[in-house]
Amino acid sequence: MDARAPLLPSPFAEWFAARGWSPREHQLELVRRAQAGLSTLLIAPTGAGKTLAGFLPSLIELAPLKAEGPRRPHKLHTLYISPLKALTTDVARNLSTPASEMQLGVRIETRTGDTPPSKRQRQRAHPPDILLTTPEQLCLLIASEHARVFFEDLQAVVIDEIHALAPTKRGDLLALALARLGRWAPAHRRIGLSATVADEHGLVDWLLGSEPSPPSRGRGRSDAPHVDDRPPPPTPAPQGGGGEARDIIVRAPPGATPIIDVLDSDARIPWSGHTARHAIPEIYETIKRTKLALVFVNTRAQAEMTFQELWRVNEDNLPIALHHGSLDVGQRRKVEAAMAEGKLRAVVCTSTLDLGIDWGDVDLVIQIGAPKGCARLVQRIGRANHRYNEPSRALLAPSNRFEVLECRSAQEAVKEGALDGESRRIGGLDCLAQHIMGCACGEPFDADQLYEEVISTAPYADLSRAQFDRAIDLVATGGYALRSYDRYRRIVQDPHTNRWRARNPSVAQQHRMNVGAIVESEMLDVRLAHRAGVRQRPGVPKSEGPAPLVAGRRLGQIEEYFIEGLAPGDTFLFAGEILRLIGVRETDALVVRAGDQQNPKIPSYAGGKFPLSTFLADRVRHMLHEPARQKSLPPQVREWIKMQKRRSVVPAPDEMLIETFPRATKHYLVCYPFEGRLAQQTLGVLITRRLERLGKHPIGFLASEYAMAVWGLEPMGDIDLAQLFDEDMLGDDLESWLGESTLMKSTFAKCAVIAGMIDRNVPGAERKTGRQVTFSADLIYDVLKQYEPDHILMQAAFQDAGEGYLDIKRLGALLRRVKGKLIHRDLPHVSPFAAPVMLEMGKVGVRGGADEAVLEDAASLIAEAMS
Amino acid sequence: MPLLSQPAPKPERPRRKPDLRALPPMAIAGDSVEMRLGDTLVSALPDGALWITDSKTLIVSDLHLEKGSSFALRGQMLPPYDTHAALLKLTDLMLRLQPDIIVSLGDSFHDKGGPNRMDARDRELLRLLMSRCDWVWVEGNHDGRAPETLGGAFHDVLHVGSLVLRHHPTDAAAPGEIAGHLHPCAKVSGRGRSVRRRCFATDGARLVMPAFGAFTGGLNVCDDAFANIFPEGATALVLGKDRVLPAPNERLLSD
Repeated sequence: MDARAPLLPSPFAEWFAARGWSPREHQLELVRRAQAGLSTLLIAPTGAGKTLAGFLPSLIELAPLKAEGPRRPHKLHTLYISPLKALTTDVARNLSTPASEMQLGVRIETRTGDTPPSKRQRQRAHPPDILLTTPEQLCLLIASEHARVFFEDLQAVVIDEIHALAPTKRGDLLALALARLGRWAPAHRRIGLSATVADEHGLVDWLLGSEPSPPSRGRGRSDAPHVDDRPPPPTPAPQGGGGEARDIIVRAPPGATPIIDVLDSDARIPWSGHTARHAIPEIYETIKRTKLALVFVNTRAQAEMTFQELWRVNEDNLPIALHHGSLDVGQRRKVEAAMAEGKLRAVVCTSTLDLGIDWGDVDLVIQIGAPKGCARLVQRIGRANHRYNEPSRALLAPSNRFEVLECRSAQEAVKEGALDGESRRIGGLDCLAQHIMGCACGEPFDADQLYEEVISTAPYADLSRAQFDRAIDLVATGGYALRSYDRYRRIVQDPHTNRWRARNPSVAQQHRMNVGAIVESEMLDVRLAHRAGVRQRPGVPKSEGPAPLVAGRRLGQIEEYFIEGLAPGDTFLFAGEILRLIGVRETDALVVRAGDQQNPKIPSYAGGKFPLSTFLADRVRHMLHEPARQKSLPPQVREWIKMQKRRSVVPAPDEMLIETFPRATKHYLVCYPFEGRLAQQTLGVLITRRLERLGKHPIGFLASEYAMAVWGLEPMGDIDLAQLFDEDMLGDDLESWLGESTLMKSTFAKCAVIAGMIDRNVPGAERKTGRQVTFSADLIYDVLKQYEPDHILMQAAFQDAGEGYLDIKRLGALLRRVKGKLIHRDLPHVSPFAAPVMLEMGKVGVRGGADEAVLEDAASLIAEAMS
Repeated sequence: MPLLSQPAPKPERPRRKPDLRALPPMAIAGDSVEMRLGDTLVSALPDGALWITDSKTLIVSDLHLEKGSSFALRGQMLPPYDTHAALLKLTDLMLRLQPDIIVSLGDSFHDKGGPNRMDARDRELLRLLMSRCDWVWVEGNHDGRAPETLGGAFHDVLHVGSLVLRHHPTDAAAPGEIAGHLHPCAKVSGRGRSVRRRCFATDGARLVMPAFGAFTGGLNVCDDAFANIFPEGATALVLGKDRVLPAPNERLLSD
């Protein structure tokens, strides 16, 4: 350590010493690498001083500038990018404290959606030394004039939570933006800060991009700023020494291995369901013994349920709070503040607390329901105990029998240090279109050079020139085969330089209002309704009958599709209360409290929004088949597996079991792919269509995380299953279904917004609310599907559907995996494995019924009335 | 602690809607719904057009032609196929029904510049349609008198027998008024989901036409805007996939 001490100049060494601290090895390593002008991917567990490690080199470089006095020129030195607005504020605070203690005189500022316009303007003219911002704000900066001047002094880019950003559309936009920075400031180094991940090299590729031409390896500012109008070729951040990419990874020593327990409840473990209601008393007892517990659940609906259940048994009136993305921001901030002040004992939360900020001294993480993936579990466990060398503690509470297997598998995997990896993402064409428009709004671009730049990023490495040109055309004219919009181009090419630029300031302004890849589902405000006229205005005559209801206090927001499924009078859980829907007015869902109700109508999305990871699914299949690994399972679960072996069969890990059996008046087909709800839901739709053609009169289907069941009026035992489950269902059947699928339409709508075809908000336009925009996007989808089904945005939507809500990619992998490995059992009655699925049928709305049937029901009422 | 359960007041009951007795007389005939407006028999067709058998008159409303290019002009490149889609649908109806008169009940174009932006193919198709029958434009609020340049007759109000055809519905109108403008949509729920579709809205005496254009959104028939036109509530004749399905008032949901 002593030999390295000189690395830290005064006043840094003194600052550490005064606190009795010594810098950690990985922090020093980052300083060394920065001095050599090298980029770094730092992989460190929570609490390892990651943020300081990222900024230390920049602070050291900036410290000597103080001598130039307070009037020294304003030059942007370091850009910090985080996925969360709140994180930028948090980091700014944590950075400003040591900087002012050392009297470094470094200018540190944040820039987010909340930054007032005057400050933004000032920042553009006089940039701080260190700017902390979000990917969206970076896109906006790039889409502004003089962006090159703003960025050309840049020395370092620090990207926080890079593992969370890279595999998303926001990551696509950010990768493209970084490539732009590489052109303007070729000497800058990049520092990625990441949690432990399976595919480290994927992140390295994402961080650095490829090298279309040799990067500048010099450090510091390049001496001759590029003033000629031929910019240098795009240059990824230097890797140094031409070594292999993996050379840029620096690992902090892993923290202590977490202690994970799986709750073996004394109560009977339910066959199905997602509430873990049986385990609530034990979870409550655990909370009583803890200082502050984070209770993670997978969906907002589960959060509401769990919160209710915990309060039902909360005899000691422990301060237990609720935190999820639908709650009013004010409410969430209150909970966060209470956490930080140590006023709470437990917070029931969703992924909203997965990332980033330290809100208190959490000493236990409780995961209710299966974690669905190991990386997510590890990240969540990291929320407990941000002290580095003490093990985090976690308790997993499975909510049904299959989840017991999943929790055990996850526990084993974490112990072995095995992680599930996200597959590398292929960049979205909608994001590319947005980036192209952004570039045209800033510095005019040359298409050849921009293409070179785009394919230097990892997400677009395989993008063909033809697709790139189509994306330019999409931005310019909408990209239609019918060239009718050539005269309304949004970007135009200069006849002399061939460079593209925005046609006029107003289209540029329009673009800036639509930047970003986050398109929220259509949300409704949930508001408490009360009768108008409590304060009767004088002169207004009292109307007949009860006064109309008016919207009152806002409780939060909820997805429109959920409310659509409710009828007025239905009850649901929200913000910790049971509410009754009165109706919807414009963008408000009007509700009243329904405290008298014991059993609210539970949201139908209770199943879980994260699908089971492929990696974990594989481990579950192995555990099922290997008796040796079942020793640690609770006796009831072991008994259940044994019964399955006797009554039907337990398939080998590479096989897929299909059971057919009659029950009551119906016939069932149940298969067990273990591929997560999303892929299996798509499978259900397609199998149902096929069974319809086979004359089996299917009535409905249901997908859980593990199994898919379909039922109908005819016996299913005689079906050629190999043919039924053949991969070719992903051809015509999928195609024809996608044409009508509402999910496909909303996927398309999101792509259209990101690509700039539909505005997020049209100033003064006829469509006033987001709700009407959705409706129009449906119509646009219908027309485009009919007249130009190969349109580039249809391709973009199809690609998203493949990875997102329809999980077609995974379904394809499943069908390939089980080809020739189907095991069929035609049974006289329901099997032990099938029972959980059958039990869920009563609880969730059955999918697959056609929209037309809803209308026919209504029409038949007329027929009845008329006859 | 604001996060805890709080005592709840008595729940509100949703407002009762008029019952089935108020239903206007109508009959489902094949894919359409037949009914009498005053003494005239009309058929509501699944494409969203209205057919008057006696006078062989076809009525369509709110075509909003060139809505796509209207948005493209402002930087939103909606697909340029909406005009063509609407005209093809109209061609199909013309071939099937052989009308003597076609009435376009206002807002035929999305804006006054629409007729000039039409491309040659669509212009030709429209010319062909107009040459096959008597063509009547009714004045709308979006396009005003702009379609007049394309030929055909032009009216602000048109009388067909005892029926009165105008774009903008009038409050407390006399029986027999057929109007457009509002783009009625109905939301019907059942089977754990809800469906929102375009519809005709009628109380048996008056009728509001659905929008015919490819990109035209809609206003829920439960909206207050319909209350003045149909004080007793309206029945929705909902445009299903290939037929018209009547939905009684009490099955209709607001948005």
